[in-house]
Amino acid sequence: MYEPSIIGFLCNWCSYRGADAAGMARLKYPPNVKIIRVPCSGRISPELVLRTFREGADGVLVLGCHIGDCHYSTGNHRTAKRMPVLKKLLEYTGIDPERLVINWVSAAEGEKFSIVIKDFTEKIRALPPFVETMK
Amino acid sequence: MTEKVGVYVCHCGSNIAGTVDVADVSKWAAEELQHLGVVVARDYKFMCSSLGQELIEKDINELGLTRVVVASCSPHLHEPTFRNACARAGLNPYLFEMANIREQDSWVTTDKVEATKKAKALIAAAVGRVVHQQPLNSLFVPIDPNVLVVGGGITGIQAALEIANSGQKVYLVEREPSIGGHMAQFDKTFPTLDCSACILTPKMFDVGNHKNITLLTWSEVEKVEGYIGNFTVTIRIRARFIDQGLCTGCGVCWEKCPKKVVDDVFEAGMGKRKAVYTPFPQAVPKYPVIDHDNCTYFLKGTCKACQKFCPTGAINFEQQDEIITVKVGNIILATGFDLFDAHRMPQYGYDRLPNVLTSLEFERLSNAAGPTGGKLVLKDGVTAPKSVAIVHCVGSRDKNYNAYCSSICCMQSLKFAHLVHEKTGAEVYNCYIDIRTPAKGYEEFYQRLLEEGTHFIRGKVAEVTNSARIPEEEGKLIVQVEDTLIGKQRRIPVDMVILSAALESRHDAKQVAQKFGISCSADEWFIERHPKLDPVATMTDGVFVAGACQGPKDIPACVAQGAAAAARVLSIIGQGEIEIEAATAIVDETTCVGCTQCVSSCPYQAIEFLTDMGKAHVIEALCKGCGTCVGTCLPKSISLKHFTDEQLVSEMIGAMQVMKSFQLMEVA
Repeated sequence: MYEPSIIGFLCNWCSYRGADAAGMARLKYPPNVKIIRVPCSGRISPELVLRTFREGADGVLVLGCHIGDCHYSTGNHRTAKRMPVLKKLLEYTGIDPERLVINWVSAAEGEKFSIVIKDFTEKIRALPPFVETMK
Repeated sequence: MTEKVGVYVCHCGSNIAGTVDVADVSKWAAEELQHLGVVVARDYKFMCSSLGQELIEKDINELGLTRVVVASCSPHLHEPTFRNACARAGLNPYLFEMANIREQDSWVTTDKVEATKKAKALIAAAVGRVVHQQPLNSLFVPIDPNVLVVGGGITGIQAALEIANSGQKVYLVEREPSIGGHMAQFDKTFPTLDCSACILTPKMFDVGNHKNITLLTWSEVEKVEGYIGNFTVTIRIRARFIDQGLCTGCGVCWEKCPKKVVDDVFEAGMGKRKAVYTPFPQAVPKYPVIDHDNCTYFLKGTCKACQKFCPTGAINFEQQDEIITVKVGNIILATGFDLFDAHRMPQYGYDRLPNVLTSLEFERLSNAAGPTGGKLVLKDGVTAPKSVAIVHCVGSRDKNYNAYCSSICCMQSLKFAHLVHEKTGAEVYNCYIDIRTPAKGYEEFYQRLLEEGTHFIRGKVAEVTNSARIPEEEGKLIVQVEDTLIGKQRRIPVDMVILSAALESRHDAKQVAQKFGISCSADEWFIERHPKLDPVATMTDGVFVAGACQGPKDIPACVAQGAAAAARVLSIIGQGEIEIEAATAIVDETTCVGCTQCVSSCPYQAIEFLTDMGKAHVIEALCKGCGTCVGTCLPKSISLKHFTDEQLVSEMIGAMQVMKSFQLMEVA
């Protein structure tokens, strides 16, 4: 059976700690997502996401603080504006925009984090492997 | 130059080793990651122990490692530990990287094979990244020794006094006209039954007269800018309409004021105050406040009775709010709690049936300085109750409202039972879910209550009603409860019901958290840096939390946290300067096109545009290292140290290659 490879870019202060909170609560979720820690979701440039798809990732997850909660006050405002544009660009280049998900997870939301991971993994699993769609 | 990487896989007892095959992972890393520069990989029971750290130091010295990867817990827990170990062995701490195989692997993955594979992918990612990491030198900035304490309850008072007594300057900001907080409203404190005011007011007096404390009551923090060591705080001092330089606190104004208002704050709606008032006689500061919304002069344009009679001419109806800015190096938040609104549980009849009181209302009723002078009477103002029911866990330990235990209500309810018994001799029924008396002297107090003859009924009260079924219930409040110890429904007719309401986070806790750049839990309590080992610090350096704003707490715990936060702040001040983020942004001037996108994206105004050169430039001391500019820069001229594209892409490729190789193995 096909196991999707997913990369998650998580901000250090809210979402990465939310992922830690899921661990502390021993909430189980699929192992497909490998997390890369960035200081702020605002650091995630569109090129980084595109590069990740180029390496064959089946899905990319971008998680940041809720709007208003950003450790850097407004870094995630950029993410909120940037990612929908990137989704349009993905569509234009022939990549299913559903393969990119942006969500907000706070440091307290371990449960939400585990649900986001479960849902996204299932969604990606239902799609064909990314490399096959690019042939 | 090829780097020499050492990989260390931690067992964390069985926390990791129970799910991840650590020996296999370490063997795999040594063999399969050689091409990336791994020269040694070891697994060890506890990498964070001194022996574990020595293992790393020894390898750096003997094998000449140039990079170190530890696969263990979250970097939020032990990154500083291992960075220090590297530094001790002479390796720049930024040449270290961590793979989180506990919180994000062994604790969340059920399948052992999958967990082991995930650990390998995470380690490959970390190794991929670490070889591209560059040594960085930390910046040091001086610490402003002044401290801001927000909230003048017992926690804030304790914190402010500790700091001020050490010789540092404190700004204590309080929203209400006086400091004292909830503790000033209480009658007695459990389990010793000290008079609350008697132990609190001397501390309040000390705050009011301390040469190192600037007390700003009737004030609120509007804006916080800056970072640890260098905060600039904007504070609004609301107009009191009293000239503090002239007022002596003599009290003539509130004696002469003709307007009476129900005091919803200090008296919890049980008593009245005037439109010009101090909340209570021992208020600190002693200056009154004119209640703008209720003052006859402000409503109708005439009256000015207070002004006519004030012997010093201190009344000033023209006074405006004042905005001040102060510079501080550290901030302690001690903003306390709100009481659960008992209206939300209509089945208990609060505000609908007479003589159903909340805990705070009972405190005022019982208080010798309260509206009845401490006489426990029913709504008619004369009759003493012959029977009283105390309902525990109103709004706590209840999924419909707050799932958590409010921690103080059991002891508070026992205290109420004792006071009712002592003052009126009434029969007291405590309806509880569980009795929780875990602190020093608390269980003994419970035993004392049992001996005093209080009735304890184990069951959650279903309803408080006045509809009588039998003649004995006529004119009474009937408490409907299942006594789970005997398995029977009971209807207890009583004269008074006290609802031990839950402690909740402040209604505006979320906004306050945003203002100070810290996080809230789902219940909107402020989140501490670590629940056990760092209970008063937050993820934002220089901002500390203490007392009930972090979670329900009794007075001893609040005092301890106030003092703890003060100690943390003093230890920072004592260092004189503090290390700040070395991972700042940097502009490559050869490729910068001067589009200024980065300038407008920066949340800290840390990027300036050099007009003469037509290039952007990062002011390092202001840069907090978020990298938002990097995500914005089109020609890729800005990079963020320690989070460069090369580092992140290599980390991603490291993980992707391992995941893909496992897939291919499975297909084959």
